[in-house]
Amino acid sequence: MSCGSKGDKACGSGHGCACKTSARADDFDASRRAFLRGSAATAITTLAVGVTLYSFSAAPAAARAPGDKVNPKTRWGLLIDASKCGDGCNACVTACQTENGWGDTGHPETDAQWIRKLTVRNPKNGASFSLPMMCQHCADAPCVDVCPTGASFKRADGIVLVDKHTCIGCRYCMMACPYKARSFVHEPVTDQKPHAPRGKGTVESCTLCVHRVDEGRLPACVEACSDTAGGAMLFGDLNDPTSEISKRVATYRTMRIRADLGTNPGVYYRNI
Amino acid sequence: MARIAYHKIERQDRLYGGLLVLNAAVILAGLGAAFVMEHHGHIVTGMNNQIVWGLPHVFAVFLIVAASGALNMASLSTVFGRAEYKPFARLSGLLAMALLVGGLSVLVLDLGRPDRLIVAMTTYNFKSIFAWNIFLYVGFLAVVAAYLFAMMDRVVARSPDTGKVIGWTAFVWRLVLTTGTGSIFGWLVAREAYDAAIMAPLFIAASLLYGLAFTVLVLATVDRLESRNLVTDAMAGRFRGLLAIFALAVLYFTALHHLTNLYASEHHGILRFLLLDGGVYPALFWVGQIMIGSVVPLAILAAPRYGRSRSAIVITSVLFLIGGLAQMYVIIIGGQAYPLNLFPGMEVTSSFFDGQVARYTASLPEFLLGLSGLSIAILLTAVAFRVLPFLPSQIRD
Repeated sequence: MSCGSKGDKACGSGHGCACKTSARADDFDASRRAFLRGSAATAITTLAVGVTLYSFSAAPAAARAPGDKVNPKTRWGLLIDASKCGDGCNACVTACQTENGWGDTGHPETDAQWIRKLTVRNPKNGASFSLPMMCQHCADAPCVDVCPTGASFKRADGIVLVDKHTCIGCRYCMMACPYKARSFVHEPVTDQKPHAPRGKGTVESCTLCVHRVDEGRLPACVEACSDTAGGAMLFGDLNDPTSEISKRVATYRTMRIRADLGTNPGVYYRNI
Repeated sequence: MARIAYHKIERQDRLYGGLLVLNAAVILAGLGAAFVMEHHGHIVTGMNNQIVWGLPHVFAVFLIVAASGALNMASLSTVFGRAEYKPFARLSGLLAMALLVGGLSVLVLDLGRPDRLIVAMTTYNFKSIFAWNIFLYVGFLAVVAAYLFAMMDRVVARSPDTGKVIGWTAFVWRLVLTTGTGSIFGWLVAREAYDAAIMAPLFIAASLLYGLAFTVLVLATVDRLESRNLVTDAMAGRFRGLLAIFALAVLYFTALHHLTNLYASEHHGILRFLLLDGGVYPALFWVGQIMIGSVVPLAILAAPRYGRSRSAIVITSVLFLIGGLAQMYVIIIGGQAYPLNLFPGMEVTSSFFDGQVARYTASLPEFLLGLSGLSIAILLTAVAFRVLPFLPSQIRD
């Protein structure tokens, strides 16, 4: 058996072999080339894995193929740090409008608002803070309970949605929602986004950008807040103890709005 | 007791014809309004994302609550064995069905997608009281139809046990139905004006009052149409007592509801809003429900001589119904107008009107749609009077 052969485990091909058997120069060159190729491949692979891991570090999970079942062990949620939420900043709202195709039609009382900025002020001392408010994706959602047809439903991963095919437009869910998170479509809608169908006479609300989540991407509001604003919003799996959101919820003092109602919202807030 | 003779309205009377034409016109206007709402969307109404249930719901709930109460005469005769009310039992069942159909029509035509009624009838979420109410309403129509058959069919009517069983079923059903209607509001945890179990008995008391008031007005109209005397002095005296008791029951539950809110500091805001500083809502409560709809009619009924008269019970029935509409308006619209309490003790503002009292002005389409529910009930009743013998021919005191 010659040095550098496949069976020479002790020697190993091309790794600074100290074998004293005579070897031809071209054999040596081949070995060197193999070494370089191997090193390059290893480096590229390592780098690629690193880059890949880095690029997905902000994404919550791998994409879900169409037809695949939603993972019921997951509970998607948000953690919003009000101290990083600028009073005049509307980046999350604008991003949601662009992503989902809703917006100002000049009728503020009937226009839909999937997400809105709240300014909360303590009347005693004037202290105030700002935060985004959207569907809180409650585990025990009143809107789901009261919907007569089951059009309001909670996906297995905790995302609360409206089935636009079975919504009859009774608006009972809007009466039941403690967060005023739902809107009724009061007039015909045009230029809809294929991933966010809307319909006159039906009720709608934040979908947690379910179409993006299923692709392994972040909700538009979270992405916009991270890219152009204070990075106040964190999205992730509340049921996964190793997720960043779970760690932070476990570490910091957080609260959920109207938690006293027992709806178990999936949106947590810090510094409010 | 002597056999009761019943009759159909036979006379071609100008008043009767006018009644039909007027209500048919209102129904057509209501259907037109529903079409406009369906075509353009609810943007043509005064409803918005703050006040999601408007005037159509006030009429609809009012009529549905009254429907259950309209069965009073039948229940009194069959369940409680009060034979003096038996002549009105058929009319009572018919009116109950007509009022319910009127109310449900408004409710359905106000849906964002009324074309999906078939979805509502075939796809259920049984945790929803709304879904249960669909069964309760449809079931009520079926039970009362069977009740009417048991009363009107020559063979079945000879079996008192059959009538008793169906009568009891209808009685229990109407109580459950009105409990369900009250619970639409009572089981809403999100809004401070609701979220109270007392809404169910309050609605039951209201149903007894509205239903009887409608019955009295129908009888008075028939007397006028046919120059009969169905509301005799003795019946007027009985109706007087019942109206007073039912009105006092509504007042009792209303007072208890508000007193409970007065006791709990967390509800002081909504109480002040509805009873003191909420603008139109305290006005409707105190002037509409309490003065016009309770104190004045009760005072009229309490008058020693006049209170027993026919005209007194007719006038008070009108006043009780006006008060009832005011009561429903305050409960349904007022309850939504008060802002949601997202951060108790804090002031909240947003572009979505958080922290603000919601504005609402009913539009013409809403009013026409709501009113058409009443007209549907009147038209159905009037036509049925002509088709089948629902009306007693004579009342003997």
